[in-house]
Amino acid sequence: MPEAPPDEEPALIVEGLDVTYGRALSALRSVSLTVPHGTVVALLGANGAGKTTLLRAVSGTLRLHRGAVTAGRVRYGSTELDGRDPVAAVRAGVVQVPEGRRVFAGLTVDENLRTGGLGLGRRRPAQVAEARDRVFALFPRLAERTRQAAGLLSGGEQQMLAIGRALMAAPRLLLLDEPSLGLAPQMVHRIAGVVREINAQGTAVLLVEQNAGMALSLADTAFVLEVGEVRLSGAAGELARTDAVRRLYLGESAEPDHPAATATRDGAAATEGQGAA
Amino acid sequence: MTTLIDNVFNGLALGAVYALVALGFVIIFKASGVMNFAHGSLLLLGGYLTAVLHDAIGFAAALALSVLVTAAVAGAMDRFLLQAGGGADPHTAAVQTIVTIGVDIVILTDLSRRIGGDLLSLGDPWGDSVSGLGPVTVADSRIAAIAVSTAVIAGVFALFRYTSWGLSLRASAEDVEAAALMGVRLVRVRTLAWCLAGALAALAAVFLAAFPAPGLERTTGQIALKAFPAAILGGMSSPPGALAGSLLIGLTEALVAGYQSELTLLGEGFGSVAPYAVMVLVLLVRPTGLFGAKAAIRV
Repeated sequence: MPEAPPDEEPALIVEGLDVTYGRALSALRSVSLTVPHGTVVALLGANGAGKTTLLRAVSGTLRLHRGAVTAGRVRYGSTELDGRDPVAAVRAGVVQVPEGRRVFAGLTVDENLRTGGLGLGRRRPAQVAEARDRVFALFPRLAERTRQAAGLLSGGEQQMLAIGRALMAAPRLLLLDEPSLGLAPQMVHRIAGVVREINAQGTAVLLVEQNAGMALSLADTAFVLEVGEVRLSGAAGELARTDAVRRLYLGESAEPDHPAATATRDGAAATEGQGAA
Repeated sequence: MTTLIDNVFNGLALGAVYALVALGFVIIFKASGVMNFAHGSLLLLGGYLTAVLHDAIGFAAALALSVLVTAAVAGAMDRFLLQAGGGADPHTAAVQTIVTIGVDIVILTDLSRRIGGDLLSLGDPWGDSVSGLGPVTVADSRIAAIAVSTAVIAGVFALFRYTSWGLSLRASAEDVEAAALMGVRLVRVRTLAWCLAGALAALAAVFLAAFPAPGLERTTGQIALKAFPAAILGGMSSPPGALAGSLLIGLTEALVAGYQSELTLLGEGFGSVAPYAVMVLVLLVRPTGLFGAKAAIRV
């Protein structure tokens, strides 16, 4: 493992992470991954593979689900994040956009955006206005609806609001949990563009997705989780070409027989993956 | 006609005081999902402190001190008893509600022992003076109750709307996890909500013990039980609902008491049952309360 880089270019480093729910259910087993500064990393896997659990361990919300880190470390730059509360993550510059958008339906769009800055304590109005302008530049549609209750927005608009809300804290690493979930193909395309744009502005992104095609097209590197363990990792383009990933996540038809040439770990991924699904 | 104006005025004054208590219920429920059954005891504690302190340091200082202490007791109760085990774990609200019953018994028993059968004066500046208000004569303490409650409630609504505490509270009431992810300090936001509710209860005690009530007695805390239907009527998690519910309960009680002689059919003392009758009637028509759009259960 490399040394923690200086804080100007912090990386998220997860080392040997074990997470257990309710002291019994093991959800992650010695998971290690790195999100270098300014990159997009995709995290793929079937339902129940532990993708969301990993994000919870980073953002400090495991406790809300009666989960705990039982081994390993999570740190961002020089900040230790395992066992800390979500405020620590937000302050360190790591903000998660939860799965299913989870905007505050009864609050207005503007109020939702204001909640995004709550973790940073008192900020100068100019800073808040600047963050808001950035969000509106990215999502002009939100600017037209500031006084509307968030619950009345469409699904795509709610996803934009959820991302915009997180961006209000000016994160250096954005954790995106299934941003394409339940959205129309055109909106998925829009969201992909937004992720690219956010990354171009210098924010690293850890992207959890079931839509592997979209995720791999955006990411620099990717990790595949199977039943709580990292099965595959590598450059996104290379992973997209491996048989296991193509069969399981890109929806291409499965070969009837396992070609002997496939690496053993690919074979393991294929069989265990079916067991987990 | 004069009787009607008289009764309506009394109803508004009662409703305004109930609103202080009901708003406390709602703030606590919104912040923690807990029904605070110790609210009556907190109210009695506030009143008792004002009563024993006012001779020595004057009414205003005694009230200020009692509001602070009651707020601190409510906050400490939340922070060190209720949140100690579960933290901000949203699954334990039911258990914590039961704990408040225990706290209620402890505080109430001790205060009952101290107060005994006495009627304590809180030394409020209005005494038994009255003013002519158009055709009717009303107690100054009731004018003060309406004025002070209105100002304080407006202040609380402004807190909800414009401060980051208010925003944090509303956000975490809607979605604890999403609020946590935004960096809302759940424990602190919640404890501050309990403090505010305690402060409101201590303030309400002054007006509940003031003229024409004879003074503070050990049963004064039970009045919180009337603010309970008011809060439920309003939808339990809606502050404007608590306000509307309180006015409705206050008016009902005053009108039923005022027209007692014409309502002998319902038996004597129906005025004290009326709040619950109204609550049941409203809930029959609107099971989620007047302002409760969703079921008043935090998920």
